[in-house]
Amino acid sequence: MWDSSTVTMILMGLLETLYMTLFSTLLAYVLGLPLGVLLVTSDKDGIMPLPKLNKVLNFIVNILRSVPFLILLIAVIPFTRFIIGTTIGSTATVVPLVIAAAPFIARLVESSIKEVDKGVIEAAVSMGCSPFQIIYKVMIPEAVPSLIVGAAIATTTILGYSAMAGIVGGGGLGDIAIRFGYYRYQKDIMIVTVALLVVVVQVAQEVGMLIARKRDKRK
Amino acid sequence: MHTKNNIIEIKSLTKIFYTKEREVKALENIDLSIGEGAVYGIIGMSGAGKSTLVRCINYIERPTSGTIVVDGKDLSRLNERELREVRRSMGMIFQQFNLLMQRTAEENITFPLEVSGMKKNEARMRAKELLEIVGLSDKAAAYPSQLSGGQKQRVAIARALATNPKVLLCDEATSALDPSTTKSILELLRDINKRLGITIVIITHEMSVIEQICTHVAIIDESGIAETGAVSEVFSHPKTAAAQRLVFPDGKRISQLIGRRCCRIVFEGSSSFDPVISRMILECKAQVNILFADMKDIDGKAFGQLVLQLPREDEVSDRIIRYLQSQDLSVEEVNGYVG
Repeated sequence: MWDSSTVTMILMGLLETLYMTLFSTLLAYVLGLPLGVLLVTSDKDGIMPLPKLNKVLNFIVNILRSVPFLILLIAVIPFTRFIIGTTIGSTATVVPLVIAAAPFIARLVESSIKEVDKGVIEAAVSMGCSPFQIIYKVMIPEAVPSLIVGAAIATTTILGYSAMAGIVGGGGLGDIAIRFGYYRYQKDIMIVTVALLVVVVQVAQEVGMLIARKRDKRK
Repeated sequence: MHTKNNIIEIKSLTKIFYTKEREVKALENIDLSIGEGAVYGIIGMSGAGKSTLVRCINYIERPTSGTIVVDGKDLSRLNERELREVRRSMGMIFQQFNLLMQRTAEENITFPLEVSGMKKNEARMRAKELLEIVGLSDKAAAYPSQLSGGQKQRVAIARALATNPKVLLCDEATSALDPSTTKSILELLRDINKRLGITIVIITHEMSVIEQICTHVAIIDESGIAETGAVSEVFSHPKTAAAQRLVFPDGKRISQLIGRRCCRIVFEGSSSFDPVISRMILECKAQVNILFADMKDIDGKAFGQLVLQLPREDEVSDRIIRYLQSQDLSVEEVNGYVG
């Protein structure tokens, strides 16, 4: 059973999982980072209070966060087909992953940036910073260690989501685990794939924490 | 440094904070003029509104009504961009220092310069100069977490001075520091005032801070200005109850001790190197009891006051008072002189 084609398949699965996870995380940050910043700055006590926009954004984020991923995965199939041209394979899985992860990342970013000392932001205002300068010269740089921890959490969560994509033929280790372990009762393959997922999560989490610790100048 | 033109003019400033249930008047009808080159202290109990007042001066807090004119510019007439320009002409330091924790001391100082668009190299040169002024040349590469409280405040002062401001606003800048560090920070501020001619506005709740470096003082009490004037004037003749509370912080306790005749002697800088009390005792051949004594050295002159409990015999007491008056001291009889 453990012939070269199985090994190749599992390695391919691993690569697909990494591709899906990293690509989705990256794209989700492209949407989630500005969204998270906007959630903080548009707050009524924020540096650019826009209470109505803030309410709308909060509502949208909460809605997207409350839809179970499995349902979202199927619900966005027409949208995925429209963008990618297909609904099968790793690239197609990136679409629901990004839609699910972006609001989650927005919340992580929001909480990281809210940790930045209000006094430091006040000092920046007193030095004549524009709101945009406050965002990219104060809020984000001061929150970097916390943002990195958040990125590690986001990456590992998206990795978990990507394994579910196996249900709709999304590819990757999760797909293999479901097809061989669940449908064909090949427990050994399932165990190997799950073990690989565990290792990937551990490595991603540890590396994230390590970088965050190295970058943090507060101690 | 003597005051010439007023660099800050505050007219009928009122600030009201609206919460859901009620409105809170933080400041009411404040009028204040701060002369160029002054070291102006604003003192009051906590909650009196002094922090709000200093935040109105650089428009971090927008007044509900009234005008603030800084260096000839009425801040209420400026748009956001122009306001940012004005803020760059005013430095500000804080009780909690508010340094960027992920930047080194030098990078903290270059921050306001980067914001105003100065080239990196130029900004670094300027930061080096400033670190020298505040005595921290060897700490350029240190992060704030590696510095002591006093060192952090020095970096904050250097940062506030980076853009060559005309005014330095200090919001309880020494309240988080121990007494000896406070002294050295105040000395640095005085030095900056003398050398660079920067007008300094100091918000504090400690009379000792005012005594050490301020030329002028405004006492703020229950959202309004109770008293203003030169420090020596307000200190030796506090007129209002709020001022008296600050000048005699332990007043209440003393008023209970005073049973018989007492007199208060105010030293205003001239005769305090003269052992006047011991001469008085020898001359009048009478004993007195010192109930309260508070002597300070302000700008090389001694200021202070003594409260003496006088002898039982009225005749002797009168003689003592006459003698002290003949020594050019301001003497007054007191009974329960504080509110």
